[in-house]
Amino acid sequence: MNIRKVLKGLYALWFREFRVFTREKSRIISSVCLPLFWYFIFGNGVGSAMPAGAGNYQHFIFPGFLAMTIIFTGLFAGAYIVWDKKIDFLKEVLITPLSRTTVFFGKAMGSMTDALIQSYFLLLIGIVLGIPFTLSSILLSMLMLFVFANGLISLGLIIGSFMESPEGYGLISSFVIYPIFLLSGALYPLDNLPGWMKLLTRLDPATYAVDGLRAVILGTSSMSFTANLLVVLGFDVIMMFVGTWAFKRMKL
Amino acid sequence: MESIKTIELKKTYGEIKAVDGINLAVREGEIFGLLGPNGAGKTTLLMMLSTLLKPTSGTAIVNGFNVVTRPDKVRESIGMVFQDPSSDTLLSGYENLKLHALMYNLPLKEINKKIEKVLELVDLQKRQHDVVKKYSGGMRRRLEIARGLLHEPKIFFLDEPTLGLDPQTRQHIWTYIRALAEKIKMTIIVTTHYMEEAEKLCNRIAIIDHGRIVALDSPENLIHATGGDIVSLKGQKLNLKELESLTFVKGIKIVEGKFQLAVENAGKNLQEILSTAGEVEFVKVHSPDLNDVFLFYTGREMREEGDEVGFMQDVTRAT
Ligand SMILES: Nc1ncnc2c1ncn2[C@@H]1O[C@H](COP(=O)(O)OP(=O)(O)OP(=O)(O)O)[C@@H](O)[C@H]1O
Ligand SMILES: [Mg+2]
Repeated sequence: MNIRKVLKGLYALWFREFRVFTREKSRIISSVCLPLFWYFIFGNGVGSAMPAGAGNYQHFIFPGFLAMTIIFTGLFAGAYIVWDKKIDFLKEVLITPLSRTTVFFGKAMGSMTDALIQSYFLLLIGIVLGIPFTLSSILLSMLMLFVFANGLISLGLIIGSFMESPEGYGLISSFVIYPIFLLSGALYPLDNLPGWMKLLTRLDPATYAVDGLRAVILGTSSMSFTANLLVVLGFDVIMMFVGTWAFKRMKL
Repeated sequence: MESIKTIELKKTYGEIKAVDGINLAVREGEIFGLLGPNGAGKTTLLMMLSTLLKPTSGTAIVNGFNVVTRPDKVRESIGMVFQDPSSDTLLSGYENLKLHALMYNLPLKEINKKIEKVLELVDLQKRQHDVVKKYSGGMRRRLEIARGLLHEPKIFFLDEPTLGLDPQTRQHIWTYIRALAEKIKMTIIVTTHYMEEAEKLCNRIAIIDHGRIVALDSPENLIHATGGDIVSLKGQKLNLKELESLTFVKGIKIVEGKFQLAVENAGKNLQEILSTAGEVEFVKVHSPDLNDVFLFYTGREMREEGDEVGFMQDVTRAT
């Protein structure tokens, strides 16, 4: 394997994704504003019904909304590859001497950048909103978001590689996005759920990302940060394996 | 050495035989045309030669490498202009080229120089920093031709490079391709269903129909094989027997209600044909073009309405 060739290929694919991201202003704005919008609606709306009051509830759900940006951009990344198929840009990429593995990781890196810019920006807003951050909790949150983004973007790319039309992708991905988000404990504590539902939440990788973020940001969690991080890392590894396999078998 | 060799190459989609046993040998440095109507299998063939589609059966060797076992080597040897536009419209022309150069692992120091060179070739230097969204169809096509050439492939595939463009732009694109073939030594495979283009540009042409090659030769030889000029006649009661017995009439076919005569030296013999034929409502004389060649081999008309007709003189007589 020629390292130079792989690095240049990765850079090219990353560059393209990033350029397109910065040119589509509406996409940036909506992907930052949408989570914020939900955050305030939920925080104030549901929060006012909470015995502990809106303020605490807002703090409680903040990690969930960090995860939300990742979930949404991750699945958007998948939509993007379906889009590439549609506009035939994917042919241009697949006809180059780059291996499918390189194509997979290049695409993943591009979308990672988008997702991380957005979620790190929300992290900053969190500081402004008075979420009790410390330097180490910020750094650890960034780490968790990074690892989580990697797994979810791979998932998005996997689904995208099987789909043929953006419409089909939209349908399938909403069957994935909402369960992942809603079962993650982003909006409510998971402790008092009925057993079968608890099992489902345990199968949701976002559960561990959110729990890990809570561990460092709020100091309350059911598992330690490290344990959560390891679970999400495990999810990453599986997704990357499946992802490279899915790209190798992908047809135009 | 042959640039491309295929043996009984096939691709089927369920019942549809898109490519149905193609045997080809394209020489190095040749401009080779694939001519055929819609759905003939031209794109499918190119997709297999460029490793994007797996053949159902048969073998294809491109630049000495088997497309199935050494796709990486094949991809390094080829450049491609796809039938449908495939540049990213949100990137500028320059960025599209830069991306391509990186993906082909061109040396960083040479990238800008090479981009400059291909942009000059297709005359797009001035617009290189505009996003592709703002390009016209012809400019976008030219950009994609430049992109396909950027890594200096040994073999260059062009899938209908002029489809959907106005005649003037088509003319332009062909001029570029011809200039290119002269400047850079490479094999060019081009598909089209505009015969006059294929005729002017290609060294050899394969006529494809229903996934098979029905004829393969130089344009001159293909045309020559049809035998002289074509005279089309229309009329209720033509003296066909007498016409057939004229020595310079080589054959008569019925095409869409008209009688088509293959005639030696029609310019000189038209008078005699007309007086022999009897009551003629309509006469048309033309030198055969590839459409007639297609007709000759398949018994069907290839040309669709709206296409221009090449060298043709209409002579209509009031009766
Ligand atoms: N993915 C596919 N699934 C099913 N059938 C296909 C597929 N791709 C092509 N075909 C069929 O294969 C045949 C050949 O198609 P192809 O695109 O190769 O023709 P073509 O000669 O390039 O035509 P055109 O001039 O319209 O571009 C057609 O009958 C087409 O419907
Ligand atoms: Mg085609």
